[in-house]
Amino acid sequence: MSDERKIKVIIAKPGLDGHDRGAKVVARALRDAGMEVVYTGIRQTPEMIAETALQEDADAVGLSILSGAHLELFPRVVEELQKRGMDDVVLFGGGIIPHEDLPKLEKLGFKGIFGPGASTLDIVEWVRKNAPARGAASRS
Amino acid sequence: MTDALVAQLLEGDKRALTRVLSYVENGLPEGREAMKALFSHSGHAHIVGITGPTGSGKSTLVGALAREYRSRGRSVGIVAVDPTSPFSRGAVLGDRIRMQDLTSDPGVFIRSMATRGALGGLAPTTNDVVTVMDAAHKDVIIVETVGAGQDEVEVADTAHTTIVISVPGAGDEVQAIKAGILEIADILVVNKSDQPRADITAQQLHAYLNLGREEGWEVPIIKAVAIKGQGAVELADAIDRHRGFLESSGRLEEARRQRARRQLLALAQEELLSRVLATAEGNGRLEALVEAIARREVDPHTAAERLIEAAG
Repeated sequence: MSDERKIKVIIAKPGLDGHDRGAKVVARALRDAGMEVVYTGIRQTPEMIAETALQEDADAVGLSILSGAHLELFPRVVEELQKRGMDDVVLFGGGIIPHEDLPKLEKLGFKGIFGPGASTLDIVEWVRKNAPARGAASRS
Repeated sequence: MTDALVAQLLEGDKRALTRVLSYVENGLPEGREAMKALFSHSGHAHIVGITGPTGSGKSTLVGALAREYRSRGRSVGIVAVDPTSPFSRGAVLGDRIRMQDLTSDPGVFIRSMATRGALGGLAPTTNDVVTVMDAAHKDVIIVETVGAGQDEVEVADTAHTTIVISVPGAGDEVQAIKAGILEIADILVVNKSDQPRADITAQQLHAYLNLGREEGWEVPIIKAVAIKGQGAVELADAIDRHRGFLESSGRLEEARRQRARRQLLALAQEELLSRVLATAEGNGRLEALVEAIARREVDPHTAAERLIEAAG
């Protein structure tokens, strides 16, 4: 039992919008899929999110944003993660994100972006596929 | 690879620390190697356990206490435990929400853990995680249990100083935390003391505690409003007094010896079992005995004796 390897995911809300219903629904869905989910609460700075990912040694970080500031905030989260040597963390996001922004976010490393109406099943599947709990040797 | 990681950890590298914690938490061989190397560097931190019912304000109090320690110039490690779902085996770890401001303080390191099926209020590897943080030079390590009722008393084995939180106004307050959890308290905190009935709760707790406690340490009852930081100074002072008591009375040494004995026996048990199983699983002996018991041809006691004899 003690050697089970869980996928550990941070669900965070960067920026100033306080709408965290979606974030909580996703956190719950990932939990129900057997993952360990750290929920940070609202109004997180990019530094706080990256530091949380570091201290928790997260396999994946999911950002939820509804304010439209994703093109400002997502790159800063990536930058802060890199500063801390956490550049191998799997990134995904959700919220109100216009279609034309997707390529930019993908270039930053956000391969999974889930808009309104996305099914939690799809999100769970995506995380499971892209963030397998890593073994000992694969990260060093 | 583990050697380099351990060296980095001892130099204060957070990435090394977080990685070693994952190895340890997930029971990987690297974690075991790191624990061996780190043990001699541990033993300096004061370990504080905080427990109490769900919603009593444990995380908020941990945050307030950590802030107080920081103002006293001490580095802080926090281990926050939340329950694993018995159905999905997943967990939502939400204790950090109450400690958001501490995330950007370089003198604080917070790690969330899920219970992963353990029932004592902590996770199976919480003790090891505490030892690693200790070796990483944290002055104080605060361990927050899951919401606890009566049986989740394991934290008292982990911590030097155990704090039990109660809150006023929830029916019979003392009833809610009586036998078991109240008995492990070195310090009691009545949180949310700006609410009515806080004084009554404190009085009830006081009366209960006077029913019989070990000599030499009178359990202080501290009224706190953790969300405003009230009571944190008094709490940190009381913890320091308790540390002084443990040292001067010889109880710290005694507790160290008890912990050493428990750890040794637990690990020896694990090691012996895994050796027995390595043989018995390989040659089919285990399955044969299981079958025999299921068919009621052999009783479990005799079967266990045979299992161990066969492993030699």
